[in-house]
Amino acid sequence: MSMATATAQPVERENYLNKHYGVGSWLFTTDHKRIALLYLISITFFFFIGGFFALLIRLELLTPASDLVQADTYNKLFTMHGMVMVFFFLIPSIPAVLGNFLVPMMIGAKDLAFPRINLLSWYLYIIGGVMMLHCMLTGGVDTGWTFYTPFSTAFTNTKIVEAGLAIFVAGFSSILTGLNFVVTIHRMRAPGMTWSRLPLFIWAHYATSIIQILGTPVIAITIVLVAVERTLHLGIFDPKLGGDPLLFQHLFWFYSHPAVYIMILPSMGVVTEIIACFSRKRIFGYSFVAFSSIAIAVFGFLVWAHHMFVAGISVYAALVFSLLSYAVAVPSAVKVFNWTATLYKGSIHYDAPMLYAFGFIGLFTMGGLTGLFLAALGIDVHVTDTYFVVAHFHYIMVGGALMGYLGGMHFWWPKISGRLYPESWARLAALIVFLGFNLTFFPQFVLGYLGMPRRYADYSHMPEFQVLNVLSTAGATVLGVGYLLPMLYFLWSMRYGKPAPDNPWNAAGLEWKTPSPPTTFNFEEEPVVTWEAYNYEELDAPHKEEVPVVR
Amino acid sequence: MFDNFPLWPDRASTAAGNVDALFIFLLIVSGLMTLLIFTAVFYFAARYRSRRGVLAEQIEGSTPLELTWSIIPLFVFLVIFAWGAVVYFKSRTPPRDSTEIYVVAKQWMWKLEHAEGQREINELHVPVGRDVKLIMTSQDVIHSFFVPAFRMKQDVLPGRYTVAWFQATKPGTYHLFCAEYCGTQHSGMIGSIVVMEPAQYEAWMSGGTTGPLSATGEKIFAELGCVTCHRTDTQGRGPNLQGVFGKPVLLESGLTVIADENYIRESILDPGAKIVKGFKPVMPTFQGLVSEEQLNALVAYVKSLSQPVAAGTKTAAAAPQDTNKATGSQVQ
Repeated sequence: MSMATATAQPVERENYLNKHYGVGSWLFTTDHKRIALLYLISITFFFFIGGFFALLIRLELLTPASDLVQADTYNKLFTMHGMVMVFFFLIPSIPAVLGNFLVPMMIGAKDLAFPRINLLSWYLYIIGGVMMLHCMLTGGVDTGWTFYTPFSTAFTNTKIVEAGLAIFVAGFSSILTGLNFVVTIHRMRAPGMTWSRLPLFIWAHYATSIIQILGTPVIAITIVLVAVERTLHLGIFDPKLGGDPLLFQHLFWFYSHPAVYIMILPSMGVVTEIIACFSRKRIFGYSFVAFSSIAIAVFGFLVWAHHMFVAGISVYAALVFSLLSYAVAVPSAVKVFNWTATLYKGSIHYDAPMLYAFGFIGLFTMGGLTGLFLAALGIDVHVTDTYFVVAHFHYIMVGGALMGYLGGMHFWWPKISGRLYPESWARLAALIVFLGFNLTFFPQFVLGYLGMPRRYADYSHMPEFQVLNVLSTAGATVLGVGYLLPMLYFLWSMRYGKPAPDNPWNAAGLEWKTPSPPTTFNFEEEPVVTWEAYNYEELDAPHKEEVPVVR
Repeated sequence: MFDNFPLWPDRASTAAGNVDALFIFLLIVSGLMTLLIFTAVFYFAARYRSRRGVLAEQIEGSTPLELTWSIIPLFVFLVIFAWGAVVYFKSRTPPRDSTEIYVVAKQWMWKLEHAEGQREINELHVPVGRDVKLIMTSQDVIHSFFVPAFRMKQDVLPGRYTVAWFQATKPGTYHLFCAEYCGTQHSGMIGSIVVMEPAQYEAWMSGGTTGPLSATGEKIFAELGCVTCHRTDTQGRGPNLQGVFGKPVLLESGLTVIADENYIRESILDPGAKIVKGFKPVMPTFQGLVSEEQLNALVAYVKSLSQPVAAGTKTAAAAPQDTNKATGSQVQ
């Protein structure tokens, strides 16, 4: 694989990391892999900011009284935790990092269709991020990430417009990434890479991209309307000006519900790749898994008002949205059953990515099943806007999306960095994350059914909620350790990790036919695909000698 | 350190049992599903762990299996949907002849007014065994009236009425929460619902009051001069309001609306929105001139005009007195 290299170290072959040096070579790169790394660094930064807010929230809730921070500060903490995690971590996480890195390689392309637009999308993300940081450092926002009107347009005196514009700009980054993926997947597949041979990771990203392209403009419009009402007092949402506050909720959730699928679909794609590889099997029911992604993307647009069952919508609208919410649950269930069936008669390896995939199945199953509770109209009345909802969406967005992201980071880390991470530390971290997560969020289901409302800075009149809150805070501490560990050993491995072979897991997929780390244009010559995805019958077991594992 | 540690909320309304029953059913269904999936994952993971010389068996898939695990869950989901819908429909449909309480929410307190005139703040006294209908509005942002022990929650919006109802079944004091984030003191916008035995309740009700809400409304109706146009004969410039509440009203636009609380409210604040057939849009708006409490009193007064006996709103001995809302629209 080694191309002639003119560098002083002849042992290290030329790759995308060492081809060019200097800050300029990164800031002006159009290489999808380098842009993926730019995103990786940026979203990790925002993840720890959002995590810091979460830590403060949990510490405040350790005791019933609002003693660590004042109510106003607490309100800003949960608002900015939500905004940062949703818009600056979860939505870009898998698509912008792993998707950017892998979509071209998995389909046998040299880069995305629009490399410069790809770089532009990162700059938009950074501009949005800097605006958000500025907003947070100069006062922040206290509306909750949901911006409900008329509180956001007529009552709060915090920096709504600035935060909104930050999200507006970051939204275009998301749209451009989606656009780039759709065009790339349509136009740049290698010869022989038919739709039915695509890895399911690609199907998942295709479905995600559709949502990004169609959904994100709606939140952009909504933000503009909020800004217009707030600055020019045009009556859109404020009933005092002749507007309708429920209109805002419809518009907001029209994007923000599908946005959950922007987070979870790519994660499902990652988990599918991992399960196939570590079961040494093709995926059970390929086409059902592929089309369930598309079905989720489509149905996902038709369920938004299930966030509004007690908001004052008509009983009949509520019935329709409840029914459609159950419709979207079917393809999600189908995926879980297919992953489980893939394990059947496999040859299962317990490497760290697989542990994360197991964790994903467990947490996503629980998140999905509690979604059935919330979609049931009669139960939703009681549990909506309580900790039950908080627990439910964290099981999906953190338990699901983040487990998938971490699993994927471990799985492809040898390809991304050219180094192996320390396997036993990684397994330990996977276990800690799983246990810490459940300890943090399971008590919140109970809290929610007991009736503890979300977004309460102070519960001194309800001391009966304290035990469960203490458990949750304890869990959050464990979870924090679980998230810090991978960052530390990934950084460690970049210097001290063993050099990774090109295909350490002996995984199927074109990305593993490139060197580790890949060269700038991925493939020396355009691959020609004559096999279906997950042709594990033709591949040996993972390279045991290179991934020393204590069994 | 810890006062108590309940794992199940109080059950103190007729709705609570319905919600709990469905919740328990869902716990069982999802428990079984979790057990099924976890058992399968753990069993396969252990049974088919990689062993030297044993290769994975490549299996393409199975359409019958895919259909099975699509259709069975779908069927289960439909059962849950239907059950949830029935519980919801009941909780959204206040029975006729409910005792009415007007709720005004504001940052950060609950103001509650009984039809009989008692006013309370952050505390609501109700008797056991009587249907209570809440007619709620907000003075500022969106709030949400949440009583966990009743399994009841309804957002309270500015600019319109939303309605909720409950029938308490167990005397006691229960939490009232604001469940929709509403600003700085959101977590301080809490109160209690005091459920009393009927006799105790009567004693409590006989405490000082300024008279029934509808009487207050009648006074405001006269003070604001409404009475000059809305006369009790057919000669007024505005429609005669006797017997209007709960009935269909034919509009200039040709449409028909049911004269419910929201319609009366709108007709006071935005009179031009829905003009009654045969009348001219001459009424000025009272937006900003009447407070939410005064509006509630006016609505209560207009409603009292549709009751057969002028003595109207003395609901103390509710049962025999037909409040004649047979034709009333309860759809909210």
